Amino acid sequence: MNILSLFPAIPLLMMLGLWAARNTRQIHTVMVAGASALLVLAIYLVLHFIGLRNSGETADMLLTDSFMWYAPLNIHYSVGVDGISVAMILLSTIIVFTGTFASWQMTFNVKEFFMWFCLLSVGVFGFFISLDLFTMFMFYEVALIPMYLLIGVWGSGRKEYSAMKLTLMLMGGSALLLIGILGIYFGAGATTMNIMEIAQMHNIPINLQRIWFPIIFIGFGVLGALFPFHTWSPDGHASAPTAVSMLHAGVLMKLGGYGCFRVAMFLLPDAAQELSWIFIILTTISVVYGAFSACVQTDLKYINAYSSVSHCGLVLFAILMMNTTAATGAVLQMLSHGLMTALFFALIGMIYGRTHTRDIRELSGLMRIMPFLSVCYVIAGLANLGLPGLSGFVAEMTIFNGAFMENDTFHRVVTVIACTSIVITAVYILRLIGKILYGTCTNPEHLKLTDATWDEKLAVVILIVAIAGLGLSPLWMSDMISSSVTSVISHILN
Amino acid sequence: MDFSGILIYMRGEIALIAAIVIAFLYDLVAGKGARKYFNPLMCILMAGCIAACLVSFPRESGDVFGGMFTYVPVHSIVKSILAIGTLIVFLQADTWLRRDDTEFKRGEFYVLTLSTLLGMYFMVSAGHFLMFFIGMELASVPMACLVAFDKYRHNSAEAGAKFILCALFASGLMLYGISFLYGTCGTLYFEDMASRLDGSALQILALVFFFSGLGFKISLVPFHLWTADTYQGAPTAVTSYLSVVSKGSAAFVLMAVLVKVFAPMVEQWQMILYVVIILSITVANLFAIRQQNLKRFLAFSSISQAGYIMLAVISGTSFGMTSLIYYVLVYLAANLAAFGVISAVEQNSGGKVNMSDYNGLYKTNPKLAVVMTLALFSLAGIPPFAGFFSKFFIFASAFEEGFHVLVFIALINTIVSLYYYILVVKAMFITPNDSPVAAFRSDCSTRISLVLCLAGILLLGIVSSVYDGINLFSFGL
Repeated sequence: MNILSLFPAIPLLMMLGLWAARNTRQIHTVMVAGASALLVLAIYLVLHFIGLRNSGETADMLLTDSFMWYAPLNIHYSVGVDGISVAMILLSTIIVFTGTFASWQMTFNVKEFFMWFCLLSVGVFGFFISLDLFTMFMFYEVALIPMYLLIGVWGSGRKEYSAMKLTLMLMGGSALLLIGILGIYFGAGATTMNIMEIAQMHNIPINLQRIWFPIIFIGFGVLGALFPFHTWSPDGHASAPTAVSMLHAGVLMKLGGYGCFRVAMFLLPDAAQELSWIFIILTTISVVYGAFSACVQTDLKYINAYSSVSHCGLVLFAILMMNTTAATGAVLQMLSHGLMTALFFALIGMIYGRTHTRDIRELSGLMRIMPFLSVCYVIAGLANLGLPGLSGFVAEMTIFNGAFMENDTFHRVVTVIACTSIVITAVYILRLIGKILYGTCTNPEHLKLTDATWDEKLAVVILIVAIAGLGLSPLWMSDMISSSVTSVISHILN
Repeated sequence: MDFSGILIYMRGEIALIAAIVIAFLYDLVAGKGARKYFNPLMCILMAGCIAACLVSFPRESGDVFGGMFTYVPVHSIVKSILAIGTLIVFLQADTWLRRDDTEFKRGEFYVLTLSTLLGMYFMVSAGHFLMFFIGMELASVPMACLVAFDKYRHNSAEAGAKFILCALFASGLMLYGISFLYGTCGTLYFEDMASRLDGSALQILALVFFFSGLGFKISLVPFHLWTADTYQGAPTAVTSYLSVVSKGSAAFVLMAVLVKVFAPMVEQWQMILYVVIILSITVANLFAIRQQNLKRFLAFSSISQAGYIMLAVISGTSFGMTSLIYYVLVYLAANLAAFGVISAVEQNSGGKVNMSDYNGLYKTNPKLAVVMTLALFSLAGIPPFAGFFSKFFIFASAFEEGFHVLVFIALINTIVSLYYYILVVKAMFITPNDSPVAAFRSDCSTRISLVLCLAGILLLGIVSSVYDGINLFSFGL
């Protein structure tokens, strides 16, 4: 069995294990065992991948495997990874692992919660390893539908509304994707569903590309929080339970960026070059609008959700610049944003679990009461606003460097506009930290609260280590990514 | 005349006739003690029918009765799918049939159901419009008795009356259309007809009448007005039979006749279908959103599903035919699972079929709620359940023939359908309820049927060999 197929297979086995589990202890055992297996496997995959590259493997996709599934439509189950997908898989395993610990205290219907959680991760892993359009799309939808129940049953606030809104909007996006995939398949001569083969043939007529490129880009863009299709994101994230917010903002939104890059731009390169200006404008709006919206929110989760809109907008913005530096920055930003937003949501969940409010007007002086969580919150905030030494700086620096390389007026102007988001981010992050962490605690109830427990500390520390690791020594990761990005970009430009 | 083909090509029909005779005799002679084995007996007989259709079926085409009855290999597959549907309906009907007011009529139920099935078999295999018409009548008239089976319930009697009136009207229209065809072509044999059709005004009228007749059976908009009331009023087992087996057979027949007989008029019927598909999917989806009664709700859902099935018909290719049969099979598993749950809850809770009764079902009957959820997800086309694959193939088949806008409209409608399917899921999992349906243990045969359906929902998509098997035998324009 191919090592890649293990990634969706392990969560499936975890689901079986959970189904058989009889009490919370067994459920936790299954989850920890499975999540650690995934994490170890992902670290092994990264080392193995770098090893293969160093030993001179130059193929675009490594560790490939393929067998026929539905012959009449040339549908294969085919897997393979390049530097981008390896990075995404590593990110996903970290989030699944920490998400497990972040939901350690959950008491209501634990078993079902983790079963849906595992199904979600099956979809995520399957998506990142797939090379076949159909299989990729199938896993994409597998990752979407558990969200409804995860938010609807275990969420908080206006959970039913948010869950329905999120599900319908994302499914709307995937309806666009479905027709786009059919368009690519039949446009390319109906001989293969394999992404690499379609890209190599490069035979989709330009007038068809002009139709399918916007459709697919918007289809994935909905999940990537592309303005004006981002409205599910704040509500969805605010209502979701902690681990689901982590996985969703941390990994699922990356499916959008990854899909835009791997499917929309890679397979329809001519239209991508022609029409990119429309989406560059939309993403610039996302970046700035998300940041401004975050400034005026009073709910901790809404602030982070809008901040996610801004940061994920930056991912799409960067890949549309179509040069290697910016695209490498985009992948780094996916990683970095995934880790920090997961950290943020984990911390918000922990604070909410204690104070039972997320309203920043009711919170103050938490630093004295729960110093560990507060310090971590500061670190997450600093990473978010791009402090050097943490991952956010590396990613944003690379993106804006790359974007500025495009030396026509249009690109320069939008880059300058997008750059302002860094300042706005600093405004809302610092204001937020000052408001809720420092000062004196006004609510006497809050004085009795306790600091993080061991499971929470574990989740948070792992995320911080990853963020700092990426920030302090980014080269090994960016080298791995940029070698793959280069081949994709050169394909798009030719 | 050569009758040697009967035993080869009519195995399914012969097995079915044998089953009808056995059911009839058993009903006459069996004493009170023996009658409780009626259901197992019928299920075994149905399994025999499936085997008769499917085991080493003839791989070459042929005909019997001088071309009145034709056989192509794909018929065996379709007939066995219909028989599987009937078997599952029988398994689910048992609880209802053992009630006091129906106990003494159970023989009639089996005989009538099997008669309609026999009618569908003849309809599927007809090679001549008269044979086709007789088959269709045989499939409709006993169905009216079945719909009115709970005759002391006001609803059921009303549903029966509505059904028979609409069915007769549809038959009349169809007969009228057939007479036009005879007038312009001078023959009613499918084979000879194709070459004599030229798209004259009378023939277009004939096509429209023929289409309306079958459109009624498939319950396409605008021939759907009977559907909701009949589905609601009929006993649940009959409703599920109507929605799956009757509809599936009619859809297949429509495609086969359009492709085989009306091939020269392909532009005309594609135009009709184009409009009907958009209407069926959209109107039914909009109506389904507002339904509170789950049987009515599934009635509208089944109308929109029929619209999706027509996407395969409009393609007219062998790929479309494969997708259609596969879609019917997957739809059968999902819809029968949903009806199985409804039937179980109805029988064990004193007739609760409203959506609000399902609030909080997951707390009391988690297994049934999960089955229902998976069935609805499959109907909505969510992977990894089979419905996703069948929808994808249906869309692909229509897309291949250039119906891009149509596929797009259908896709937008899947979002609407997802909304109302999720409403039921929401009721079962999320909405709190002080007095949910009490926990109960459904009987053995219901559980077997649900397990069969669940296996279908989970495996039909992942395992591609079913689709490949159908693909070997299907044919197109």
